[in-house]
Amino acid sequence: MVLAASRAETRRVSLGARLGRALLIFVSIAFLALLLLAPLGAVLAQALANGWQAYLESFLDPDTRAAIRLTLLTAAIVVPANTIFGISAAWAIAKFEFPGKSLLITLIDLPFAVSPVIAGLVLVMLFGVHGWFGQWLQDHDVAIIFAVPGIVLATIFVTFPYVARELIPLMQQQGSEEEEAAITLGAGAWVTFLRVTLPKIRWGLLYGVILCNARAMGEFGAVSVVSGHIRGMTTTIPLQVEILYNEYNFVAAFAVASLLALLATITLVIKTLVEWRADRRTG
Amino acid sequence: MAAHWLRKPSVLPGFGLTLGFTTFFLSAIVLLPIAALAFETASLSWPRFLSILVDPRAVASYRLSFGAALLAAGINGVFGFVVAWSLVRYDFPGRRLVDALIDLPFALPTAVSGIALATVFAPKGWLGLKLAAAGVQVAYTWIGVVVALILIGLPFVVRSVQPALLEVQRDLEEAAESLGAGPFTIFRRIILPAVLPAQLTGFTLALARGIGEYGSVVFISGNLPLKTEITPLLIVIKLEQFDYEGAAALGFIMLVMSFVMLFAINLVQAWGRRRHVAQEH
Repeated sequence: MVLAASRAETRRVSLGARLGRALLIFVSIAFLALLLLAPLGAVLAQALANGWQAYLESFLDPDTRAAIRLTLLTAAIVVPANTIFGISAAWAIAKFEFPGKSLLITLIDLPFAVSPVIAGLVLVMLFGVHGWFGQWLQDHDVAIIFAVPGIVLATIFVTFPYVARELIPLMQQQGSEEEEAAITLGAGAWVTFLRVTLPKIRWGLLYGVILCNARAMGEFGAVSVVSGHIRGMTTTIPLQVEILYNEYNFVAAFAVASLLALLATITLVIKTLVEWRADRRTG
Repeated sequence: MAAHWLRKPSVLPGFGLTLGFTTFFLSAIVLLPIAALAFETASLSWPRFLSILVDPRAVASYRLSFGAALLAAGINGVFGFVVAWSLVRYDFPGRRLVDALIDLPFALPTAVSGIALATVFAPKGWLGLKLAAAGVQVAYTWIGVVVALILIGLPFVVRSVQPALLEVQRDLEEAAESLGAGPFTIFRRIILPAVLPAQLTGFTLALARGIGEYGSVVFISGNLPLKTEITPLLIVIKLEQFDYEGAAALGFIMLVMSFVMLFAINLVQAWGRRRHVAQEH
């Protein structure tokens, strides 16, 4: 792609074309710098406003530590659950023909189209005090809303399509001939999946998993609705950022936010590496 | 296997297991909670339901959520195209880095972009200070909402348009150029028709995301009732006041809106595929 672009450019030599090129590149970079780099820079500048000492001390706060632990716990449940779901959905959809398939695909995409606040709201309608299971849960002393299970469920809801969305087109495009050959030659279902399918989809799978993880650790709206904001108990990292920010504790808020910015950066780096690999394979 | 009757025969195993698990998980996590919201709304009487929906505070919130999302998606339609064009057609230092950076709004948690934007555009922030000198206040006004939604929607447009631009037939452009067409004619007659479906898809995706966006908006919007309060925030406020009926009714309307947007996206994509096929034959 790079080669094709530079070859095309040597062909265009007119002054007008060169001016247009410079202008468009300048507009693109200025727009992105204003929109993406300025906020990212602001996070770092505010986090380090009082020096490294103050930055590091922000992480000694027990509530912040509890928030980090809760976010890690949530991701540890949500990411495997949606990975298993994603593989299962992609297998059913890509390998078989059945009626209602396109409806199923649309429904899997639904959480992407729904506001995160609605994702939290529907759980309140199901498990909240006034919800369908509210009375039963209260009688049996089970807390879901304003407790950790609600946070986990809300996070599963919003990250639901990530892995499936990556795997379905990939597996559809790859076809099933190799799997069919393996089965015909006598390989079992698990062996076929682990030895034939998994090596073919591992990069797409990795990509889906890291995106799912980034969203799971960073989800704010849905979790905010069901969390109840009990400090040190039901606050995840993004909610802790909100609490600190609303208390005008900006250094701590941005220090904690910088953790999430770091996570986003790592996610983008892995994503870029995965894409490079895919490019080299096909190119 | 019992599931044989509903699928075409295949030698591959696991159909019943994977489809069963997929349907079960989808129903338990997504469909059942959505059904609960629909039933809660259905238990409201019509007059009650309507009075919640046409309440002036709610109407003002729709206008802001929808209007700001529309404006932001439109601005992204223009700048997203310019960015996609620069990335596909030109080679410049740092192109790879810029390309990777486009996905930052996907990866960065919305609360982080929210507080960062609020800080940058606050009256005393880096950009806010300069804009204040020009008499423009972004933070805590509707403009702030639009700025946040531009950030959130940008990757949708760029990532939709990029592959379509790669497929534009360059020989057509060259032929038009050699026949004396100027750059604007080439853009209008060759490039725009080729990328229009992708452009519309990106626009609709950005719009859908913008209507429901919460985290990146609430820090910069100021959240004044009737002025800078988005619909998702109004739902949160109603829940905090234990007004479950009000929250359910507004949530239901937003859910309907999501279905409409999802349908529109599918429609636009199907249209794009048909055009694509028609062009190749």
